[in-house]
Amino acid sequence: MEIEEVHKNTKLMYSGKPWNVDNAEFVKPGKGRAIYRLRLKNLLDGSVLDITFHSGEKVDEASIANLEMQYLYKESDHYVFMNILNFEQTFVTEAQLGDKIKFLKEGTLVNVQLLDERPIDITIPTFVELVVVETGSSIKTATVTAQNKSAKLETGYSVDVPTFIKEGDLLKIDTRTGNYVERLSTKK
Amino acid sequence: MPAEPERLAKIKTNLKRRARIYDLVREFFRGRGFLEVETPVRVPVVAPEINIVPVESDEWYLITSPEMHMKRLVAAGYPRIFQISRCFRKGERGRLHNPEFSLLEWYCAGANCMDMISDTEQLVMTLAKKLRLGSVINYQGTSIDLRLPWPRLSVSQAFLKSAGWDPVENYDATHFDHDMATLVLPQLAPGRPTVLIEYPAAAASLARLNPGDKQVAERAEVFIGGLELANAYSELTDREEQQKRFAAEIEQIEHQQGRKMKMPESFIEAVGFMPECGGIALGMERLAMLMCDAGSIDDVTAFTADNL
Repeated sequence: MEIEEVHKNTKLMYSGKPWNVDNAEFVKPGKGRAIYRLRLKNLLDGSVLDITFHSGEKVDEASIANLEMQYLYKESDHYVFMNILNFEQTFVTEAQLGDKIKFLKEGTLVNVQLLDERPIDITIPTFVELVVVETGSSIKTATVTAQNKSAKLETGYSVDVPTFIKEGDLLKIDTRTGNYVERLSTKK
Repeated sequence: MPAEPERLAKIKTNLKRRARIYDLVREFFRGRGFLEVETPVRVPVVAPEINIVPVESDEWYLITSPEMHMKRLVAAGYPRIFQISRCFRKGERGRLHNPEFSLLEWYCAGANCMDMISDTEQLVMTLAKKLRLGSVINYQGTSIDLRLPWPRLSVSQAFLKSAGWDPVENYDATHFDHDMATLVLPQLAPGRPTVLIEYPAAAASLARLNPGDKQVAERAEVFIGGLELANAYSELTDREEQQKRFAAEIEQIEHQQGRKMKMPESFIEAVGFMPECGGIALGMERLAMLMCDAGSIDDVTAFTADNL
């Protein structure tokens, strides 16, 4: 592909390795040739590389398959996902999942990006629905009423919630920010 | 709040100031006897420039600059003209670029490139004063002393200091552009505007060569706070020389990029009738960024290419 088409999160092959473009900076003197400064992150080991390209140069796009998969369960230090079309299973490491672990419960549908059948990245839904498993009552003092308290969700993730939230409530969580959005239902 | 109203609410102060800048720019030039003109945005031929790719429009092009039509006006007896024009350059998108943007250009018969730089100094100082920013402005965490005159630095001096070679002695287009962007510009003194002068003859573009030293072109550029603000020429008025430069550029563009560009015949003809003349192009978004302390063109543009 042309360097002009590369933008943030494009996946490239460079010196035989797959990279994600973490940042792409376009620098161009008015009459001069454009320069593309890329910060690349290795998709396999997470190492970072800064590199400069000029307009007119070509790069190899990594051929990434994007499959819809269901998260099944955790097995030792691997997370098992299943291709919902052919039931084939794929293992993803904890390091590859990063913060997304906090929002994954069994049965969740996600997009798994595969490079040569190796999983390299997971895209989880923007919003997930999780049940509160533990939350205290808000602490009141003589002068201050707390507006928020902490609640532990079924994945083990703790989030700030309004004081009216109870154990058993189903909450909507924004996975981009990790924040509570709203209560979807409450346990009667 | 949905994303778009929130985004536009955030930049409202900047967009209002941008509108005020447009008013002040027009007031500045009218007060100096310049006529505001309008020239076409969609044209059959653009100036061939290897590093500027035009957007095609139904076999014609959208202008990359209003330069050629404005010079045709100068050649026809309009000695002092200015214009704020929408321009289009394919693929130019980044923190300082949007493929559609506004250029302020003005041309003045009898002037040279340094006169155009003086105009720019006056314009920027006038704006800073009328916007009540004072003569020392804050831009992205750096104090910039705008007081006149702005320091002049030759391209040779700048390159010898920051890149270790002299492009006037030994020109190489690829290294010139690369070192300019990565070594020279980042090392300009941050607390003052810089006027780069005496560009290598090979980077003259549409500027005339210095009659006393044919190795350098009468081209000057203004940089403030890391922003390339304006590019000035003592305009080339030699028709044959202009035709020769364009023919070489057209050949190079086809050879290197496979793009076929045409010779702008009507413009070439007009060059022969042009009086001695200074011309300059100034990026309005860059000016607005500077005056709004905005780090990105997105902060002074309501709708960039990313949110059409």
